Amino acid sequence: MFVRRYLIPRLIQYVLVILLGITAVFFIPRLLPNDPVMRTVAELRARGSTLEPGAVDKIIADLTELYGLEGSMGEQYWAFWGRLLRGDLGVSFFQFPTPVLRLITTALPWTLGLLLTTTLLAWGIGNLVGGFAGYYSNRRWSHLLDTVAMVLRPMPYYIFAFALLLLFAYVVRWFPVSGGATLGRQPSLSWAFVQDVLWHSFLPAFSIFILGTAVWFQTMKLVVQNVNGESFVFYAKLSGVQESKIVSRYVIRNALLPQITGLGLSLGLIFSGALITEIVFSYPGLGTLLYNAIITGDYNLIMGITVFSIVAITTAVLIVDLLYPFFDPRIRYM
Amino acid sequence: MKLFRDLLRDYRFALGFWALCLLLFFAALSFGSPYDPTLWGEVPRDQRPSAEYWLGTDSNGQDIFWLATFAVRNSLIIALIAGVVSRIVAVVVGMVAGYRGHTTDRVLMFFSDSLLVIPLFLVIVMLAMLIRSSLNLVTLGLLLAFFGWAWDARLIRSQILSLREREFTQTSILSGANTLGLVFNEYMPYITPLVFSTLINNMAWAIGLEITLAILGLLDLSIPTLGTMLYWAINYQAILLGRWWWLMTPITISLLLFVALYWLSVSISVYLDPRTRVQRIGAG
Repeated sequence: MFVRRYLIPRLIQYVLVILLGITAVFFIPRLLPNDPVMRTVAELRARGSTLEPGAVDKIIADLTELYGLEGSMGEQYWAFWGRLLRGDLGVSFFQFPTPVLRLITTALPWTLGLLLTTTLLAWGIGNLVGGFAGYYSNRRWSHLLDTVAMVLRPMPYYIFAFALLLLFAYVVRWFPVSGGATLGRQPSLSWAFVQDVLWHSFLPAFSIFILGTAVWFQTMKLVVQNVNGESFVFYAKLSGVQESKIVSRYVIRNALLPQITGLGLSLGLIFSGALITEIVFSYPGLGTLLYNAIITGDYNLIMGITVFSIVAITTAVLIVDLLYPFFDPRIRYM
Repeated sequence: MKLFRDLLRDYRFALGFWALCLLLFFAALSFGSPYDPTLWGEVPRDQRPSAEYWLGTDSNGQDIFWLATFAVRNSLIIALIAGVVSRIVAVVVGMVAGYRGHTTDRVLMFFSDSLLVIPLFLVIVMLAMLIRSSLNLVTLGLLLAFFGWAWDARLIRSQILSLREREFTQTSILSGANTLGLVFNEYMPYITPLVFSTLINNMAWAIGLEITLAILGLLDLSIPTLGTMLYWAINYQAILLGRWWWLMTPITISLLLFVALYWLSVSISVYLDPRTRVQRIGAG
């Protein structure tokens, strides 16, 4: 029953969303009155290259093939999927002829490392503190934390990152202004390198972590306050169950369920916010790669990053959704 | 007016309201600016804040104080266009999906879900890159509006779903009201509070995306907005060169703006219905 009632529709939705997203990525540029081939040629000219007429024709032909712009729209679309399924995202125009896929896989560990650790830490700590603050909601420290969260909550990641940068890297000079590691240092598994990376990633990680914690704290506190009013908590108190047990097993455990769904829903937002944070700190992840791609007009690379992100985020959301029944014993998909 | 006085009693609303008034006044100052915001080199470059240049000047030779007044005005215009247009789409989609149900509902919700799941930001970046040359205040507002309705349409739909089951719906249908009349006369009053609180959230989202796109250099960089001010500061390495005043102004204004908008929206939705607070905050 689980498979037919839940798993299959969910998987169909997953595939459909990816199809739709990638189709949009394919068609949006082609529907606009804008020829990428001619634009690239114009940009080459604008940079001061003098091109002979023969060379221009050759470049146009090459670019048309490279962009996959040969044949009708339908043929292009199928060819696009064919290349995509073989894992071929094309070559970068700017760092010619490095394949886009290699550029992405080089940048990915940096982004994943930054995002996964901060998001999971923020989720865990935010929920824990929020849980207790919600249970003891009339204490003074609970109100204080609430106000702090009210101030932090609306700030976008990158604006907060800028504020931190002004404060820590410029005013008090505790942390480096940019980069992922000291320039010229070879990546290795030594303790010194790990230390160097951690020191460099502290500010971007801290900005994502603090804002994330504020978000989860706030939602968790509200949910716990609601669960707290439920009759089963009242009866547990009356029948003399230990308070620590009530908080952890009765209240927080129940309140965690919407938070798991929330984690899935917010992954896309966290991801986009982190990309800009990376740019602010020149952190060598996907965000900075994207920034360079936009500046240099590296069209293939942008397409590659977009396709990659669509697949990655929808997959992450799918995994969170599929894990959900393991956390909620009431859901059996019967 | 009684409603407004009640709201002002909440310290969050009061703070948010006065902060926003301050920013609006600041934006209004732009009409009396002695400098043209599109011209460079009007004042000496890279001056620290002084009696003559209150917030200093930047490397383009612009006075940061007067430039910021234009920036706030333009950012608010973009946000207002995005917010109002996407509210219209959200209300129509939410109402039609909720009231018609069945296939219409499923198709509309599939689109809104897709918009929610896809990393929208990257799609917007791609689009912005392609129409970069024609991105002015209005087109940017419309572009953001096109992507900003999905979640709120969902909220309105769920509201309509519950209203549809109430008795007055039956009464009104039996007394001969047509669908349009029913939806606008009977349902609209229930939806309005939701529209306003989501409008404020959506404006904050639009301002944030404007800043993002500008930092990526995807807007018309000669138009002063909060985002383009940051773009030029980054572009000239203001942090590395120690020109903190250049970054400080747009950062402080944005923080004030985001916090003010958020506090207003929280306060309004708590006032209207304590339960909506959970839903809204859950929206991320």
